[in-house]
Amino acid sequence: MNDWITIGTLEDIPRQGARVVQTAAGEVAVFRAQSDAVFALANRCPHKGGPLAEGIVFDHHVACPLHNWKISLESGEAVAPDRGCARRYAVRLADGIVQINITT
Amino acid sequence: MKEKLVVIGNGMAGMRTVEELLKLAPEQYEITVYGAEPHGNYNRILLSPVLSGEAQFDDILLNRPEWYAEHGITLHTGSKVEKIDRVRRQVVAADGSSSPYDRLLIATGSRPFILPVPGHDLPGVVGFRDIADVDVMLDAAQHYRHAVVIGGGLLGLEAAVGLVKRGMVVRVVHLADTLMERQLDSAAGKMLQQELESRGVEFLMGAKTKELIGRQRVQGIVFEDGREVSADLVVMAAGIRPDFALAKDAGIHCERGIVVNDTLQTFDPRIYAVGECAQHRGQTYGLVAPLFEQAKVCANHLAKLGYGRYQGSVTSTKLKVSGVDVFSAGDFLGGPESEQIVYRDPGAGVYKKVVLQGNRIQGAVLYGNTLDGAWYFQLMRDGADVSAFRDQLLFGQAHLGDAGHGQHSPVAMMADSAEVCGCNGVTKGDIVHAIRSNGLFTLDEVRAHTKASASCGGCTGLVEQILASVVGSDAAPADQQKPLCPCTEHSHDAVREAIRTQHLTSIEQTMRALEWHSADGCPTCRPALNYYLISSWPAEAIDDDRSRFVNERLHANIQKDRSYTVVPRIWGGVTTPAELRAIADAAEKYAVPMVKITGGQRIDLVGVQKEQLPSMWADLNAAGLVSGHAYGKALRTVKTCIGSQFCRFGTQDSVQMGIDLEKFSWGSWTPHKFKMAVSGCPRNCAEATIKDFGVVAVDSGWELHVGGNGGVKVRVTDLLCRVKTADEVLEYCGAFMQLYREQARYLERTAPWLERVGLDYVKQQMVEDAANRAALHQRFVASQQIAQNDPWAERTTEARRSEFEPLTKTDVGRVSAA
Ligand code: SRM
Ligand SMILES: Cc1cc2nc3c(=O)[nH]c(=O)nc-3n(C[C@H](O)[C@H](O)[C@H](O)COP(=O)(O)OP(=O)(O)OC[C@H]3O[C@@H](n4cnc5c(N)ncnc54)[C@H](O)[C@@H]3O)c2cc1C
Ligand code: SF4
Ligand code: FES
Repeated sequence: MNDWITIGTLEDIPRQGARVVQTAAGEVAVFRAQSDAVFALANRCPHKGGPLAEGIVFDHHVACPLHNWKISLESGEAVAPDRGCARRYAVRLADGIVQINITT
Repeated sequence: MKEKLVVIGNGMAGMRTVEELLKLAPEQYEITVYGAEPHGNYNRILLSPVLSGEAQFDDILLNRPEWYAEHGITLHTGSKVEKIDRVRRQVVAADGSSSPYDRLLIATGSRPFILPVPGHDLPGVVGFRDIADVDVMLDAAQHYRHAVVIGGGLLGLEAAVGLVKRGMVVRVVHLADTLMERQLDSAAGKMLQQELESRGVEFLMGAKTKELIGRQRVQGIVFEDGREVSADLVVMAAGIRPDFALAKDAGIHCERGIVVNDTLQTFDPRIYAVGECAQHRGQTYGLVAPLFEQAKVCANHLAKLGYGRYQGSVTSTKLKVSGVDVFSAGDFLGGPESEQIVYRDPGAGVYKKVVLQGNRIQGAVLYGNTLDGAWYFQLMRDGADVSAFRDQLLFGQAHLGDAGHGQHSPVAMMADSAEVCGCNGVTKGDIVHAIRSNGLFTLDEVRAHTKASASCGGCTGLVEQILASVVGSDAAPADQQKPLCPCTEHSHDAVREAIRTQHLTSIEQTMRALEWHSADGCPTCRPALNYYLISSWPAEAIDDDRSRFVNERLHANIQKDRSYTVVPRIWGGVTTPAELRAIADAAEKYAVPMVKITGGQRIDLVGVQKEQLPSMWADLNAAGLVSGHAYGKALRTVKTCIGSQFCRFGTQDSVQMGIDLEKFSWGSWTPHKFKMAVSGCPRNCAEATIKDFGVVAVDSGWELHVGGNGGVKVRVTDLLCRVKTADEVLEYCGAFMQLYREQARYLERTAPWLERVGLDYVKQQMVEDAANRAALHQRFVASQQIAQNDPWAERTTEARRSEFEPLTKTDVGRVSAA
């Protein structure tokens, strides 16, 4: 079964920024790093549910806008000494088209 | 293949360097560590509590064997390096084994100086340096009665108090007339002596040791003047000597220590030295704070980043023998040029002395109450002008009214359950526990582990004091000249200077020019850089959205439930029925959950969804309402009272003045938020004297007040000057804002900025110097021409609305199990 959903183009997401995709499983934040790498995480900070998509993106991390936890975009894990994990989703980029897979 | 790094010395400076290196370049080296002592790295500073029985050896271990294993470090314990072979590039240990190196780090520390008197090698004679020495002392305390400590310095006194606690009869022999003469003046030295005497330590002052006597073991000590006392244990604490024999034998240039440059490199470029064994710019150090600074720079160069520089350290001393509070820093004796302010209360056992030169602190000695040590030390390092509060100086920071809410209780007396950081709910007990269990030394580390003072920062001073009370003088106070963030070695001031002189106009360019060592910065440096750029080059620098905190990017305040607030500008606190109607309509149309009057004389629409923002703004814009910047490091509100238009006491038209000020200054970005108020008479109903810029009308014109702050640390303004006309008020306001914009560090409000640079400086710049005032004002006006666009209006266009909406909506997605 093809579970990949096309959500838009790379250009739709600002560099060092994110856009939100609304799904039946909740909001997914799709990030685009300075390097143009793309990542997808549940748009809920493991601390108190802050909207990660609104955070400052740096390298492959995002700083949550509510209390500044740093979350790894690669793993969804909070950077020590904070502890917690935001759910990660599969995301891929082909010919400038961004697709996510939220069923896995 | 990885390069090989060999470290000689498994002590505090060497291992700190390795830790710093692992943070920067975990994969670069294959690391081998030799330590002459038979265990992992421990916190040498806490040997005294082990001696006195307040701590166990296990409590003071810093890195356990597992830590070395986890990081792939080969550790040779109980293995002394005997030789450095620079030709073959290898070190040879006592057991004959050897290890090759590409880079070598020498961190051999120092040895206690053992007086070369006859008998110095008898059993029962020890230094006070490592755990083996402590074991010898503890053994003596079990089997013998008389102890003599030679040396009345920090180490000697700690040893003496520890041995008294272990039940021995202890005499301290000291050559000088007062104790700790290198850290304390004679008044404080005498008080210390009395205190220790009352705890059972005896002193022999001015006594010079001639000989130690005994057969199988030391039994007594003979002085030059013929006196003689019995001693079953002699602790030599007469100083330390940097341990550089190994380096010297290898032909590395040494003087009083191993000579290193600002990158901690010895004369052999492959070989580095840090810690007590190193001599930098003629100076050797015996406290951990400077050694940790060295470690950081050395790690930086080992990681081949190549930008750190060690430029020497200013140190302070805090005696941590339990219950005795002593602090000293800088030149506390003073010279003919300097002045001394002294406070003495022998009854309460308190003595304070601050040495000033030209109204700047040169040094300080505190006895009995050391709470303000960190504060004086900070003022001293900052070179701050203290003339404004000179008469209050000795009463301490609490007395200045900036100690935060609630009473200022001495940290030592604080209960463990007392809350220190209100923002993050961290208690004193949490902080003490984190420091002890994780071996923390710096404010930043405490912040990272406990979050204490990581938010509003109001409790920073308190956290520093707790840190100092737990670990002693090695607590490194936050240094304003420290790097802006971990991405750079440059301070705030240096970064801004470079932006100006090198005409840097973008974040990327700045990071490149200043050799940032992260790809695209972090949430600390990017907003600061963005501010420095747009305030230095208003016409050229492009405001970088992605480096703005969410509130400033979306021009609304985010709330805990991810909704936002909308606060339109209410010029000078005056509104109209039409504006109120438009606000009411918007509140109804968008079903706003709460409509609130703010503390800043305006109306807050609370609980608005992100997607609703652009259309709500468009509606408000249509009624002439614009953004109030309630979210920004920017001009916030200008509060007013009724003033002479109606009020029976009003002397001037404060309402019109407020409106004029707000129309003039709105839209400007500032280092931190900037608030104003105008009161129509000295009754001051607009509370102008706790604002960044406060105006109070008087019969003859206007009083201008600056540097006030409500919030965490309340600070009343200072009177800047009096002016006659409304135009002058505007000119002074523009000049003051511009001076603040150009000179304060990002996130520094006017109150701490003013305390740092001094009111005199501000007066000199913009009251006494009319030409400079005019120029400052002019620069402000120029930048306002670019800044005064309503950010809401800019974002209500079709093209920009999409950024407030989700990219896609889909109904795919497994509903997670409940
Ligand atoms: C809305 C308001 C409370 C109210 O309903 O009255 C408010 C709300 C917030 N204040 Fe405030 N402050 C409000 C007036 C004040 C005042 C009173 C005043 O301005 O006269 C003060 C003390 C005066 C001062 O600043 O000197 C005040 C001192 C603070 C502080 C502490 C600043 C300090 O220097 O210590 C913070 C924290 C900060 O800025 O880092 C803060 C931060 C905040 C934040 C932005 C916290 C945050 O980051 O989320 C709050 C945003 C909530 C929101 O979304 O609206 N707020 N805040 C007031 C808005 C006034 C306005 O019309 O713009
Ligand atoms: C009792 C006591 C209390 C103190 N209190 C304070 C305080 O309150 N505040 C403060 O700031 N400082 C204090 N200090 C000083 C502080 O502990 C030192 O400044 C710091 O430990 C120096 O670090 P270092 O790495 O240079 O030396 P060390 O920590 O001594 O480490 C050097 C290590 O190298 C090993 N070594 C030496 N030669 C060789 C070799 N050839 N081969 C292998 N290994 C070798 C040594 O055995 C030692 O383990 C105190 C020191 C003592 C002893
Ligand atoms: S509005 Fe201000 S005082 Fe009230 S909770 Fe928020 S930050 Fe604290
Ligand atoms: S909700 Fe993300 S840091 Fe608190």
